[in-house]
Amino acid sequence: MLPARAWTDQRIENVLGNLLRAGVLLSALVVSIGGAIYLLRHGHSPVDFRVFRGEPADLRNVRGIIGDTVALHGRGIIQLGLLLLIATPIARVAFSIFGFAQERDRMYVVFTLIVFSILLFSILGST
Amino acid sequence: MTVLEFSLLVCGCSLIAGLVGALTGLGGGVVLVPLLSLFFKVDIRYAIGASLVSVIATSSGAAAAYVKEGFSNIRIGMFLEIATTMGALLGASLAARVSTHAIAIVFGVVLLFSAYFSRKPRSLAERAAPPDPFAIRLRLNGTFPDVDGERTYNVQHVPAGWSLMFGAGALSGLLGIGSGAMKVLAMDQAMRIPFKVSTTTSNFMIGVTAAASAGVYLSRGYIDPGLAMPVMLGVLAGSLLGARILVRMHTKWLRLGFSVVIVLLAIEMLYNGLSGRI
Repeated sequence: MLPARAWTDQRIENVLGNLLRAGVLLSALVVSIGGAIYLLRHGHSPVDFRVFRGEPADLRNVRGIIGDTVALHGRGIIQLGLLLLIATPIARVAFSIFGFAQERDRMYVVFTLIVFSILLFSILGST
Repeated sequence: MTVLEFSLLVCGCSLIAGLVGALTGLGGGVVLVPLLSLFFKVDIRYAIGASLVSVIATSSGAAAAYVKEGFSNIRIGMFLEIATTMGALLGASLAARVSTHAIAIVFGVVLLFSAYFSRKPRSLAERAAPPDPFAIRLRLNGTFPDVDGERTYNVQHVPAGWSLMFGAGALSGLLGIGSGAMKVLAMDQAMRIPFKVSTTTSNFMIGVTAAASAGVYLSRGYIDPGLAMPVMLGVLAGSLLGARILVRMHTKWLRLGFSVVIVLLAIEMLYNGLSGRI
């Protein structure tokens, strides 16, 4: 392997690593804010996760979650943070397409596009 | 128990799970679901949803630390992610169709399997082994920093490793775990990738795999913010701490202890699944 390529790989990985960390920290921040609101309002209610009811419709899709966030509902804000978290690895894959293209590595551009379309399919196919 | 007490307790347990998971390379998810469903009496579907979210946090949060060490191999990761994400879609669609008893039983079996492989001595990646022609064509072979300078490695048995990865993805989507054990098995045992490279590369892949099934889980209403919040924050803190000390720690005793815990949880899960309590 050429040293030039190894350096480029390392550089891509560094950017990716930082991208991932920034995404996670942002999402953790949003989840914490939502969590604080949730605990302040509902901290003393009894807890019950024994019976599965499924989440209400507004916490299952992007539009509902954004609506809840605007209304400053703790649970909605937490869910927004979780959405950001799910988006983080997807952003990483999107950036890898660019990285491999910069290296003119066509085979890996194709591989990354396959992974990216599977991810998009899972998000879009389910909403 | 009030919401506040529950959140603090779950957050503390998740922190420990995340820390040990990062240090052993087995991930925290594998103990989180049994912990939540057995001790906190959370419905297993909520537990799986929360665990899946925490798995993404673990993977992405630790990635930056791992990347700086230069262990992970981005090409191996991306090539195998094709298999894991397809498997994850399959697993997530299966999760809606099978009963919670069945999920608990599969979970117990996977836990036993994880414990067994975490006890197995690491295969020393054979330095002299001839490279697999697939590995050459796919440019999977690489180098990593070792005590005596850069070490090169040749990747073996690419098709077998890829197939195992598909299975790992399916389990991840079905059970909401990172399938770290099976990923390490595929990379360490089948593909003969050096241990630190397979651990860190597997960590890198876990988030992408989990994201593939997380969208499905979210829209199905399995992800409860009240539960996911303490789990995600705890596991994230634990795994960030774990990634910091990974490189300079000898993990033999920790792995032994962790596998004992895993076996006990496996027995509980099997018992509860078979007796119809979960």
